[in-house]
Amino acid sequence: MIHKYKMNNYNIVLDVNSGSIHSVDDITYEILNSYKDVENETIITTLSKKYKKEEIEETIKEIEELESQGLLYSKDKGEEALDKIDRRNPVVKAICLHVAHDCNLKCMYCFAEEGEYGGKRELMTSETARKALDFLIKNSGKRVNLEVDFFGGEPLMNFDVVKDTVEYGKELMKKHNKNFRFTFTTNGVLLNDEVIKYANENMSNLVLSIDGRREVNDKVRKTINGKGSYDLIVPKFKKIAELRNQENYQVRGTFTRKNLDFSKDVLHLADLGFKQVSVEPVVSGEDTDYYLRMEDVPKINEEYEKLAIEMIKRKKEGREFNFFHFLIDLTGGVCMTKRIVGCGAGTEYLSVLPNGDLAPCHQFAGEHTFKMGSIYKGITKKEIRKEFESCNVYSKIECKKCWNKFYCSGGCSANAYQNNGNIKSIYEVGCELQKKRSECAIMLKVDEMVNI
Amino acid sequence: MKHIKTLNTAVLQNTIASGNCGECQTSCQSACKTSCTVANQVCESK
Repeated sequence: MIHKYKMNNYNIVLDVNSGSIHSVDDITYEILNSYKDVENETIITTLSKKYKKEEIEETIKEIEELESQGLLYSKDKGEEALDKIDRRNPVVKAICLHVAHDCNLKCMYCFAEEGEYGGKRELMTSETARKALDFLIKNSGKRVNLEVDFFGGEPLMNFDVVKDTVEYGKELMKKHNKNFRFTFTTNGVLLNDEVIKYANENMSNLVLSIDGRREVNDKVRKTINGKGSYDLIVPKFKKIAELRNQENYQVRGTFTRKNLDFSKDVLHLADLGFKQVSVEPVVSGEDTDYYLRMEDVPKINEEYEKLAIEMIKRKKEGREFNFFHFLIDLTGGVCMTKRIVGCGAGTEYLSVLPNGDLAPCHQFAGEHTFKMGSIYKGITKKEIRKEFESCNVYSKIECKKCWNKFYCSGGCSANAYQNNGNIKSIYEVGCELQKKRSECAIMLKVDEMVNI
Repeated sequence: MKHIKTLNTAVLQNTIASGNCGECQTSCQSACKTSCTVANQVCESK
């Protein structure tokens, strides 16, 4: 399977199964339109009105050569990996610790419903957090790298527990020869010099939530008093980014139907000096007025493309920044197995709620039917784990035939569930956006490599 | 080649045999928390 498209004056061809990327001229692009459907003679006859016969033949030879090298029209061997995946019995390697089901902002679109996840306001105790790390160690098998994200609500509302957990984690690391990577996701309200210093010394990555332009941010990310949060958080985020040498953090925003011109928000964050920017589509059911509809896709995709082209311009001007969804590793990246199974929710990745209950991931924390067990009793509802374990790009018909499957890994299970009530389905709007983001990311690499 | 510039020759299918160590980062933890993205991830196999 190949996928070809034109963007920013490039003709780009992706060989889906090998992951090989080719930048081709017009004649190659036209030959590939029918290369697998008709005989070479027919291609030559058809295109000879436009190109010289020798040139067409020469191009066909190049295509044939790449085909013989397995870099064009290569076979889908992904299903061969399924056996290996079935036998792997995944261990837990990452947890999302919901240390605070409470929040000091009232964001309109929050899937956590202002931190409460449809339940009560609750903070995790140190005892529970420590037991959660014990659970992780116990269930991590031989994995060395383990991840713990402090999440909420707003995790800094329970900062003492965060600190205690990190200290406990350091003890466990030595004892069990593991490597914990701690991170937290914060709205910034409670960041101060002490917290910033602590975060820079102990957190391998930080996610700093801000939606972009002041008017966009303040319309949805409001304080308890109903005021906008922009002025409160921007100076702190700037400080933290600088102190981390503009690495190992993301300023992360959400765009909704209310700001479909989100490329302006991305650029605004870049203009503020942030070098690591992520602005992502809202996750929401159809019962809100801000959820993204299929009719919004052309506008959103136009924004992605506009953003990619602007990023090239800024790079040439020495004003480079990273947009998370346009980052792509074409030289290797993760293996096929990882690309087939995706995020690992419900298997390798679990959410721990304030009372120690387990959910497949943070997006399912408020869904009581997805309660899988607890850190005390382990996974008691094994059928939920089984359901997530068997969910991969080959278990969804749409994914199987999609060119983007090895970049999106079948998409987000929570998105699929929210839109279809079934994790083994696709969220069509999300798919269209993911595809466009992959095209933009690949185009940026093409531009980088062609212009070396 | 005159007509085609190949940007990468790493063959993804070859990682079926070599991969699956599981040491790589959990994709949703890295930043997004809302979308599954593996394209930018790094292989941490030793």
